This record gives sequence, C-alpha cells and structure tokens, in this order.
Amino acid sequence: MTSPLEQKKIRITKPSMVTANRTWDGAVIYRTAAKGWSTNLSDAAIVRTADEARELLAESIADDVGAIGAYIAPVEVKDTGKIEPGNLREQIRSEGLTIDLTVPA
Amino acid sequence: MYAYDELDRTLINERVSEFRDQVKRRLSGELTEDEFKMLRLQNGVYLQLHAYMFRVAIPYGTLSSKQLRQLAHVARRYDRGYGHFTTRQNIQYNWIKLAELPDALSDLAEVGIHAMQTSGNNTRNVTSDQWAGVAPGEIEDPRIWSELLRQYTTLHPEFSFLPRKFKFAITASEHDRAAIKIHDIGLRLIKNADGETGFEVLVGGGLGRTPFIGKTIKPFVHGRDLLSYVEAILRVYNQYGRRDNIYKARIKILVHELGIEKFAREVEEEWQQLRDSALTLDHADIEEIRSRFSYPAYEKLPHMPDELKQAAHDPLFERWRKNSVFPHKVQGYSIVTLSLKPVGGPPGDATADQMDAIADLADRYSFGEIRVGHEQNLALPHVAKRDLPVLWKALDKIGVATPNVNLVTDIIACPGLDYCSLANARSIPIAQELTRRFANHDTANLIGRLHINISGCINACGHHHVGHIGILGVEKNGEEFYQITIGGRADENAEMGTLIGPAVPYAEVADVIEDIVEAYLALRDRAEELFVDTVKRLGVEPFRERVYATR
Repeated sequence: MTSPLEQKKIRITKPSMVTANRTWDGAVIYRTAAKGWSTNLSDAAIVRTADEARELLAESIADDVGAIGAYIAPVEVKDTGKIEPGNLREQIRSEGLTIDLTVPA
Repeated sequence: MYAYDELDRTLINERVSEFRDQVKRRLSGELTEDEFKMLRLQNGVYLQLHAYMFRVAIPYGTLSSKQLRQLAHVARRYDRGYGHFTTRQNIQYNWIKLAELPDALSDLAEVGIHAMQTSGNNTRNVTSDQWAGVAPGEIEDPRIWSELLRQYTTLHPEFSFLPRKFKFAITASEHDRAAIKIHDIGLRLIKNADGETGFEVLVGGGLGRTPFIGKTIKPFVHGRDLLSYVEAILRVYNQYGRRDNIYKARIKILVHELGIEKFAREVEEEWQQLRDSALTLDHADIEEIRSRFSYPAYEKLPHMPDELKQAAHDPLFERWRKNSVFPHKVQGYSIVTLSLKPVGGPPGDATADQMDAIADLADRYSFGEIRVGHEQNLALPHVAKRDLPVLWKALDKIGVATPNVNLVTDIIACPGLDYCSLANARSIPIAQELTRRFANHDTANLIGRLHINISGCINACGHHHVGHIGILGVEKNGEEFYQITIGGRADENAEMGTLIGPAVPYAEVADVIEDIVEAYLALRDRAEELFVDTVKRLGVEPFRERVYATR
C-alpha cells in the first residue's frame, strides 16, 4: 500500500527547502543538511528534484516531536550562494511582519 | 456583569489541568501532532505563520476591568505586549509559546476567562450586541439568553463534533449590531402580541467561500422553548451536514441545498420530539441566570450637565463626542466607543498598556465594565455624561479616541498574510494605507458612514462580503491581488456586496478605493445619503466605470 507521504504530489520548479514550526514555541525553522533544524534560512538544505524533496520532507515529518507542519517551499539561490525566500509568504515567515509590530520589539 | 458560580470555576480549572497534561505529553512525544491537534484546537490554539495563535473567548463581548487587566497581563507575560480583538468578540495573541500556554490559561482562569470552543467543529463563542443591556429601546438584555446558550453549549457532548464550526449571535435591538444574519443561527429577541419574550430564529447565514444571508426559519419561538428549538436545528444539522466535504459542511450549505422550507419541516419534526421535555426553560431557570448579572447603581443625573456644556466649546471634544458617544437607556449616561483604529495602526489591536489604562478608566468611569464589539472596537457602557470631557482626555492620551467610529477609517480587517497561515494576501497594510489616505477627519465626516472590510482570503474573517466596500485578497501567479465589492452590509438589512470588476494589484487598492469614494461623493443625491444607499439606488455600474475607465 502506498503511504500517504508517497501519495503526495511533489512538483519542484525551483530550488526548494523544507520548513516547519518548532513544536515547543512555534518558531519558524528550516531543515538542515545535517538532519537538524535551524531558525536561519541560510542553513536550509536545498533540494532541486522531486525525489530529493520527497526524501527531505519524509525525514522532516518523521521528527514529530521537534517540528510541526513541515512542507516544501521555494527559495531563490543567488549567484553568491545566498538563499532567499521564494515567495511572499516565505519572505514574511523568514523576515517577519511587513508592518511595524503594535508594540515595538 | 455575570458572576460565575462554583461549577463554572471548577469546569475552567479542570480544563486547564487537562490541557497542561496534554501539552506535557505532546512535548515529550507521548502524543503525536495528529493526536494533539484536535485537543489544542479545542483550547483555541492554532498554528500560524510565525508561531502559535491563541484565541480567547469573551462571551457576548462583556469584560470586567479585572478580566481586561488579566488579558493585558497575558499579552505582556506570554506574548509580545499586545492582543488583537476579532470580529467574533474574541481576543487573539499571535506569538504564544505552546510550552507556556497552560500557564497563560491558568492565569486567565483566575478571572473566569477561557479558550474553550474558540476553535474546532463545535459551537463557538456566543456573540451579542456590544451595547446589550444599555441600548435605548432594547427589548431586554440579550446577554441573559447568550449566557444561557453559552452554558448549554459548552462541552455539550452531542455538539462537540459537529460537521463544522457553528456560530450563534443574538440581538435585542431593532438595529442589529451583532450581525445576526451572517451567523449559523441568528436570534432576534422580540415580544409577541401577548407581550411574551421570544425569538425570531434565523438559520444558515455565513460568509466564507459560499456566502449566504440567514433565513428566518421560525418567526417566533417562545423563550421557554429556545433550547429545545436550537437543539432540534443542531440535531438536523448533525444528521445531514456534509461531513464528507469541508467546503460543504456548514449548515448554510445544508439549508441552501434542502431549501429553507424543507429544512424547517425537518427541524419542526425533530422539535416535536423535544419540546416540552427537560429542555423547556421555566421562569426560575431564566431568573437564576438573570440574577447572576449585576447592573450598576445608576445615579439620577441631568441630561445635560454643566461639564458637558462647558466642554462643548472645545471643537476637538465636540468632534469626538458627536462621533464616539452614543445614547444610553438611562438619562445622564452615555455609551462610549473606544476606537482601536488609529491612523496607520493595525485594526483591532490593543497594547497591554492600553488595556491596563482602559481597565483603570472603566473602574473610574464605567462601573468597571468594558465591551468588545464585532467591529473590533471597545466600548465603555456606563459613562456619566458629566465625566465625558475628562474621559475623552484620558482616552486621547492612550490613543483610543480617534473620532472615526463608523467612518471610512474604522476598517474591519483580518490579520491577513502577515500572520495567518490561510491567507493569500495581506490585509493590515492595506488598512493602514487607507487610514492614511482618509486621515483628514473633515473629509471622513463629509463621506459619512462607510464600512470597509478586508479579508486576506476567502475564509472571510474580515467579513468582506458585507462591507459597504469589501476587499478580498487573492493570489495570482504569486502576486497579491484584491477583488473589490460594494453595497454589502451586515445590519438588519444585511446584503452581500457586488463585485465591481477584475481584481487589482496590491499597489492600486488604495487608489481604487479613493476612486470609489470620489464617485460616491459625486453621485449621492444629498449629503445624508449613505454610500451603501447610493450603491443601492444606482447599482455598481457607475462605480465600475469610474474604477476601470482608466485602468
């Protein structure tokens, strides 16, 4: 029987990473190549094929205690190697609100 | 104010203990996220973009100063120093940590506040008119019945796993401030020819992906039969509601697909089995609840005190008074709306410092009571008119006296893509830009009553369908676009707005709204004709032409 994970359609048109929220506090985290999590997008493991993405997502989801809601999201990899969010949603998750906080941090 | 009894306190405290254990088991890995998700949702805990979001219920929008101070404490201690008041009389915290949530809930429980059923497929916070109990001409205080429904529906086993979420709203005034026609069940308190209290019952209202205005299912249900009739509706819904498809699971879809006549027949049949049962309320049941509400010991005060006469010479005070102060049922008193819509601010947000200050002012000037309205503003419901000048200065000092209540900058907006994991587009920056464009109070007053509602996705938390101007964020090829509707309204004449044309990009939204407002000013037949009435009279075409002629 096919697992639900394998049934998931994964299409990669851009370099991608896996992101989630940290279980204990909800913070935005990124899956690293060292099979851990980081709060910095620059530490994210980058995948470029559907198979790579599926594998990275599978190992991320397996860490049910450390992270929740893992999914694949696009990134831009600049010529300098710098990793940037691939869409506005990920930009907001990575860089924070596009508005000033009601109470300045 | 309603005074909780020992049973309520025990229930809330037991719930905190349960949730503390559940969180502990989740963090240790004993519970998987799949197992935990429903448990956290039943305690108002969502996962959003940056963090968990914690939604706390404020039943029928009534708060004591002590409760508001505790909401401020939670904002300060467990969040980032502010909270967001929602369109359903809840408050949301955006940065809460799961590990600290049991402590936050425990602190809230100390003042009788909880987050039960602020999420999940159950009956949600029962909402009502924020002027309940003080509005002139009100049939009677609808909070008595709201509280009765709150007690009846809280942890009701039969209604804890409904096909989808279920929302009640109650009003007892001719002018509907509770938006009852866009709720799953809307109740309008009325008297029959014999002077007996009962309800016009509406069913199947709601917004979201498939919006409907609620339909009257029974023009008069006697007060004693309220619970049995509501239970009959919920049973029919529980039996036939579409559990197979989340997009068709709300009662509005069932009512629409069956037709109101057939749905009403099903309910009537069910009700005949239930009425005159243990669910029938006797006079003592209702009086027991009524007796737990306390009302202020109002003084006998003049209609026009000297303090008010003197302050009338100050144009800034007068501007605020005319905009934000409303008649009270008791002579010498007023209801004061506190605008949480400062120019350039996120609609509905209040800082912990503001909450504390408002609680202090409520103690001094409003018998320690605060109300939360679905328009995302607060109100002090019992202010002596003689105190208005000094109160105004105090409110102004803490930034909640912007005289824009019901005007174009009194915008209702959801958190949008800045916070929400469901959103397609941002709401708050659009609202902020619009408040800057219309910041001039003379211009806003010239425009008159105009409600702008913004939602960042089709789920419609900003009630965009019923905004006089509705703005809905959508995504097109990775970019934010916004559909604009006009002519909606959420009151007793509730209507859905009409789409004026193709969606416009983020950068053009404020220009488009300005065009629509300018068109209205040119088209209205007199200064008193409200925007929504001009749209009704002329239709959307003149507005469409104005917006798209040059785009």
